[in-house]
Amino acid sequence: MSALHEHAIHGDRPVVLEVRDLAVSYGKVEALHGIDLRIHRGEIVTVIGPNGAGKTTLLSALMGLLPARGDIVYLGEPQGPERSVESLVRHGMTLVPEKRELFGEMSVEDNLLLGAFDRYRGGHRDHLETMDQVFEIFPRLQERREQLAGTLSGGERQMLAMGRALMAKPRLLMLDEPSLGLAPLIIREIFRIVAELRKTGVAVLLVEQNARAALQVADYGYVLETGEISIEGPSATLASDPRVIESYLGLGGRH
Amino acid sequence: MDLQIALLLGQDGITNGAIYALLALALVLVFAVTRVIFIPQGEFVAFGALTLASLQAGKLPGTLWLLLGLGAAVALVEVASALRDRHTRRIPAILLLNCVLPLILAGLLFVLSPANLPLALQVVLSLVLVVPLGPMIYRLAFQPIAEASVLVLLIVAVAVHVTLVGLGLLFSFTFGETLLQGQTILVVASSAVLIVALYFFFERTIHGKALRATAMNRTGARLMGISASMAGKQCFTLAALIGAFSGVLIAPITTIYYDSGFLIGLKGFVGAIVGGLASYPVAAAGAMLVGLLESYASFWASAFKEVIVFTLIIPVLLWRSLKTHHVDEEE
Ligand SMILES: Nc1ncnc2c1ncn2[C@@H]1O[C@H](COP(=O)(O)OP(=O)(O)O)[C@@H](O)[C@H]1O
Ligand SMILES: [Mg+2]
Repeated sequence: MSALHEHAIHGDRPVVLEVRDLAVSYGKVEALHGIDLRIHRGEIVTVIGPNGAGKTTLLSALMGLLPARGDIVYLGEPQGPERSVESLVRHGMTLVPEKRELFGEMSVEDNLLLGAFDRYRGGHRDHLETMDQVFEIFPRLQERREQLAGTLSGGERQMLAMGRALMAKPRLLMLDEPSLGLAPLIIREIFRIVAELRKTGVAVLLVEQNARAALQVADYGYVLETGEISIEGPSATLASDPRVIESYLGLGGRH
Repeated sequence: MDLQIALLLGQDGITNGAIYALLALALVLVFAVTRVIFIPQGEFVAFGALTLASLQAGKLPGTLWLLLGLGAAVALVEVASALRDRHTRRIPAILLLNCVLPLILAGLLFVLSPANLPLALQVVLSLVLVVPLGPMIYRLAFQPIAEASVLVLLIVAVAVHVTLVGLGLLFSFTFGETLLQGQTILVVASSAVLIVALYFFFERTIHGKALRATAMNRTGARLMGISASMAGKQCFTLAALIGAFSGVLIAPITTIYYDSGFLIGLKGFVGAIVGGLASYPVAAAGAMLVGLLESYASFWASAFKEVIVFTLIIPVLLWRSLKTHHVDEEE
């Protein structure tokens, strides 16, 4: 993509994350290869693709949960081999994993509080204000603040996972299939909230099988198929691409 | 047996039970967070008691040499890893914490004559000498294999136990009971205070909640920036504190040998098993039961008292294995 074209799409917002020629293997099996990807501040970027394409693998590698080869530049810093989940969290990267990974036997409130753990340890004491902001975004969580996370409904669990991630005041928020297993009404609610997050300046990397909903909120999209990026472009362009319509949006698609 | 003897035995049982309950809590905590079945827990009891005894006798406690040695080993490992990750700025702090502070402590022990210090200070000194051994042992033995299976961790725990008992033998000396008046009340009251303090730590503070979170969901906790090694170090510190504190408490009412810790720890372990290594209140109740059972058993069949106590574990395990379905250990 030319520099001029790049500027037309992203304005002069700084790059939050840039990935070049990323490859990830499980033992001898290569699950991802040659991945190039870029996210700017205040931008929603989506990665769509079928089950097993490598979407979760990609997010796990970016978060430091899996070793990866290739170049990762986060907030202008090239990431060396010593990068760890903890250091990335410290620098504002958060992941809402596919399995949510909530603390089931703790209250909603305690789950949220722990979302701010790293900031708290870093000396910040604004977790109560942040929690109020999260409650404004997800009023349902406020109603359930005393309830144990393990007893929440699927939609509420997703909201709690997102709320907990927001407690860290992230600069890059990565969402792994937030619509997974949820009713259409709740999916719409979740995506409305994702779209609103743009205003806060956070960069969002949204991984989805639900391509229609994802392309509606995202600015830019990548299609991941069997470990490789096959198509990329601005969401509107992708949404009208015959290949995307055929496989992901049309009658033959999953949604 | 008349009522008075029954009461006396009950008092004895509750005193020991309180200590076993503390140890059971430590064992449950360490297992929940790190999956280590911490066999050496009892050694901290013995080390706490023996260190206090040495200080009172005006001898240099052997735990000082252990602290200096382990501190140097930890510093070596940490500096190597700091050099590998090119975090050279961390090196001064590593050396200060693991080498300089223990050396200062050693200097203090040489200069002051601890035998003449007030008891409270002797107790504090004993804790300061013994408690850092917990996180040091975690750093050396368990952090490098944190992802290993429960069985491997258990084998390492046994190895650590054997090593510590061996080292205990090196600076062995026994400490006889002096039967302080009112010590039983002190034991029960202090244990209760410690249990309440632990409860507040886990329920009310963010660091306590972070430890519980690690126990519940390791991946979730890591994603919050709660590092597994930090959680492990904190657990081992608490376990060492609980152990050493128990040792100091029971020192005046029990005869402690260098290897006494194992049996004491094992009884805490029975309590922890009753709680399925998962429930704090059930573990504490189980440990109390162990204390009472042991006390009454020593009256009726003193030769078999240990056998009776450890036989308790069989029906409990049977009942548990019937009640719970098989769950994979590495979920
Ligand atoms: N822990 C693992 N070990 C080995 N192979 C894995 C593991 N996790 C995922 N894979 C494989 O990697 C590929 C990508 O999986 P994944 O990233 O979960 O896809 P997606 O999230 O797009 O559904 C699949 O073929 C999957 O079988
Ligand atoms: Mg997935």
